[in-house]
Amino acid sequence: MSIITVKNLRKSFGTVEVLKDINAEIKEKEVICVIGPSGSGKSTFLRCLNLLEEVTGGEVVINGHDITDPKAKININKVRQEVGMVFQHFNLFPHKTVLENITLGPIKIRATDKAEAGRLALELLDKVGLREKANSYPGELSGGQKQRVAIARALAMNPKIMLFDEPTSALDPEMVGDVLEVMKQLAKEGMTMVVVTHEMGFAREVGDRVIFMDGGYIVEENEPNELFGNPQHVRTKAFLSKVL
Amino acid sequence: MDIIVAALPILLKGLQVTLYIFVIAIILGFLIGLVVALLRLAPIKILNWIAKVYVDAIRGTPFIVQLFFIYFGVNSLNLISLNSTTAGIITVAINAGAYFAEIIRAGIQSIDKGQTEAARSIGFTGTQTMRYVVLPQAFRRMLPTITNQSIISLKDTSLLSVIGIADLTQQGQIQASATFEAFKIWLVVGVIYFIIIYLLTLIANFIERRVQVR
Ligand SMILES: Nc1ncnc2c1ncn2[C@@H]1O[C@H](COP(=O)(O)OP(=O)(O)O)[C@@H](O)[C@H]1O
Ligand SMILES: [Mg+2]
Repeated sequence: MSIITVKNLRKSFGTVEVLKDINAEIKEKEVICVIGPSGSGKSTFLRCLNLLEEVTGGEVVINGHDITDPKAKININKVRQEVGMVFQHFNLFPHKTVLENITLGPIKIRATDKAEAGRLALELLDKVGLREKANSYPGELSGGQKQRVAIARALAMNPKIMLFDEPTSALDPEMVGDVLEVMKQLAKEGMTMVVVTHEMGFAREVGDRVIFMDGGYIVEENEPNELFGNPQHVRTKAFLSKVL
Repeated sequence: MDIIVAALPILLKGLQVTLYIFVIAIILGFLIGLVVALLRLAPIKILNWIAKVYVDAIRGTPFIVQLFFIYFGVNSLNLISLNSTTAGIITVAINAGAYFAEIIRAGIQSIDKGQTEAARSIGFTGTQTMRYVVLPQAFRRMLPTITNQSIISLKDTSLLSVIGIADLTQQGQIQASATFEAFKIWLVVGVIYFIIIYLLTLIANFIERRVQVR
């Protein structure tokens, strides 16, 4: 049973078609890595999965809800609570402390009481190794710390799916490892994850499947060892020869 | 000196009227500004248009014309009867409201789109996102401009003396002609305005420091 089903997904910005007939099935607990050249539509694909982008055509079914069917009257805010997202540039709330960043959603959306939300937030901070930063402001953290807080913030809503859009691309190299480590742990615990990444090592080690996108299409998808070791398509070969 | 001492209680009475009108008008103006800014940014064309017409109309006309329009113009229709204080408050409020609307709109637009996206991705509605994420950040950023506009509005209240409101300026006028000491009286009136505006600036700076984003 797929937790994410994408059928004939199309997305245009004005007259420019950025996603052309995307099809994908993602099962519960799977870790899917999405790779491909810049501008190939990876972020747009990911953002269609929680409707941060309005789709132009096709279907996106999340956990049984067809979020692209206007007749289904889906409450997208409800669906988004089950789909966490982590951004390249963290997007932490700078006017809130680390703890408040994490508790804001549970308190305001789920009406969790403040003490309980705080307790859960500290647990999550333990998990990402940042408990001592609970009362700091985002501006006082390094990039790697910010991204780990962002992961904790997303996890606070107890999502079934986590989307990552190049979570380590904006980080100094020495910060990348800590963030990937948190993501690996999450994968181990059975989180369903879709990760747009340039970290081929991570994709190979943690990914159950790797999707290669180019020019708005999914060109090739396979298990990491197959895709990296024995790419079928010329464009996949060309891309991998540049990044590996 | 004794002229000033004699005039001071009367001038301070005028100051009370000035502050009373200012405080009510600036709060109303701010609320108007907030609503109009949100209309201006709403995804509904007709609402954007209404908001824009209001802002342009106010920005494109002198304050004194707005005041006469409300006090003499609207009253002449005999539909409602506004006393001078009410007309004064309304005029200052709708005047400041238009400028506040532009300040708030620019403030909201200056907040990175990533903030909204992060909030929406957690599951916040559009309204919650505005309330908990965008507006608190926008207000911090807008505070200096809001202070500026408030000072302008405070000074605008001195024009209300022309419709007979007994504000600080009006009392100054009365005292100046009664005492034939225009120089001293207007100097004192100026100093009083200056002190009030200076205090306003201090309060604003204090708030700004308190809510600074670290
Ligand atoms: N909001 C937007 N408006 C117009 N074009 C966009 C927008 N977002 C992305 N694009 C375009 O869509 C294409 C795919 O972008 P994106 O999904 O960000 O690619 P990737 O993440 O693979 O680098 C690019 O050509 C980009 O310029
Ligand atoms: Mg991208």
